[in-house]
Amino acid sequence: MQDRPTILELLAAVREFLAHQVVPALEGGRQFHARVAANVLSIVERELRDADEQLRAEWMRLQPLCAEESDDEPVEEAPPEDPVVLRAAVGALNAELAARVRQGDADGAPLRAAVLAHLRATIEDKLRIANPGYLEGSR
Amino acid sequence: MVAEELAERLAAFLTRAAGVPVTVEGLRRLAGGASRETWLFHATLAGQEPRQLVLRRDPGPTSVDSDRAHEYRVLQAMHECGVPVPAVHWLGDDPEPLGARFFVMDYVPGETLARRLLRDATYERARTVLTGQLGAILARIHAVDIAAHGLEFLPAPLEGRSPGAHEVERYEQLYRGLAPEPHPVIELALRWLATRTPQARRRTLVHGDYRIGNILFDVDGVRAVLDWELAHQGDPMEDLGWMCVKAWRFGAAPPVGGIGTRAELFAAYTAAGEEAVDPEVVHFWEVFGNMKWAVICIAQARTFLDGGVPSLELASLGRRTAEVEHELLQLID
Repeated sequence: MQDRPTILELLAAVREFLAHQVVPALEGGRQFHARVAANVLSIVERELRDADEQLRAEWMRLQPLCAEESDDEPVEEAPPEDPVVLRAAVGALNAELAARVRQGDADGAPLRAAVLAHLRATIEDKLRIANPGYLEGSR
Repeated sequence: MVAEELAERLAAFLTRAAGVPVTVEGLRRLAGGASRETWLFHATLAGQEPRQLVLRRDPGPTSVDSDRAHEYRVLQAMHECGVPVPAVHWLGDDPEPLGARFFVMDYVPGETLARRLLRDATYERARTVLTGQLGAILARIHAVDIAAHGLEFLPAPLEGRSPGAHEVERYEQLYRGLAPEPHPVIELALRWLATRTPQARRRTLVHGDYRIGNILFDVDGVRAVLDWELAHQGDPMEDLGWMCVKAWRFGAAPPVGGIGTRAELFAAYTAAGEEAVDPEVVHFWEVFGNMKWAVICIAQARTFLDGGVPSLELASLGRRTAEVEHELLQLID
């Protein structure tokens, strides 16, 4: 186990250095890119903090949407513990959902409302990491 | 090629093209434009006052996707039809003189930064008149006689095929070929678009990238319409829908570029042309425009992922896809 500062604390230090020291010292295109760099670090910080919880919630929402009605297998009730397995599982479920939407399964009832609710929650979670200000502006 | 050598070769080309000695001074590259370069310079034709001109050049000799000759001919036609564009003067259809294809056009002074238009007090008047001007200019663009101006080379849907279906198919193919991961929201949007394809009432010239960021403006409003690289033949309503896409509002509320209402834009368009606007058809093209912008964000991030361009800006565009998907969900609900 490493000593403090933690990963999040180190990232915040680099982001603040970029935003407060580097950005004001540059001009034009390089200043713009330094600002983009500081913003990318703030995305990384938020993702490190929230991604696991978001992935578990996404898995929980996707599981019933992608379950086969005729399946004899019981629906799994808890998301995988291992973050790598969890990420792969959500990726596979998303591919399944995309395929179902593509073949028209979400064109109408009963699936459409549930799919829309799931996608709204998912996109809002993505925005909470990628650009929280966007959600505030659109409310 | 360094700027000094480029200036020398440009002067030699202009001397041959104009038939009188031409000197080139102060050549400098303007920021932006990965798909083509923009250079500003002063040219003095023997016995005349120096003129400020712009050189637009492909990034390399073999570039196929940005055809300077086509853009030159479109700009020439627009100038003849009274659409505000920089007047074009010389076309370098042969890459030999400057190392890549190019053309030379007038320098039009003005601003292109949309954020300034939205926020600076200087542009208060421009903000009030611009939406009407955008509608009127667009009507003029759509009235251009394609055959009379020799613009048949512009991409067009097959005869009898709906422009809506044609454009959706183009971007669906791009999405399927490029997206590194599944996007259920884009799939939903594609289903929505497939069942609502409008029948175009007429086929016209379409600018293809008619948004506030491609407008050169000053305190009185529009000075020039720029970036004609995506011009094609299709449904004129496509340009109206694209103009209303949320990404071009820069966080402001009004749907037309953050400054105007749809009603204002449509009224000015109809008054200057002959076509009444069906808001439902424009809505189709606005949904299409958001789907297209989502696919472009994915494509830009893909360029970064494939290692071709190590740009932080391209990389961060991948994470903007969610903003566009959020808007798509609002529009197709």
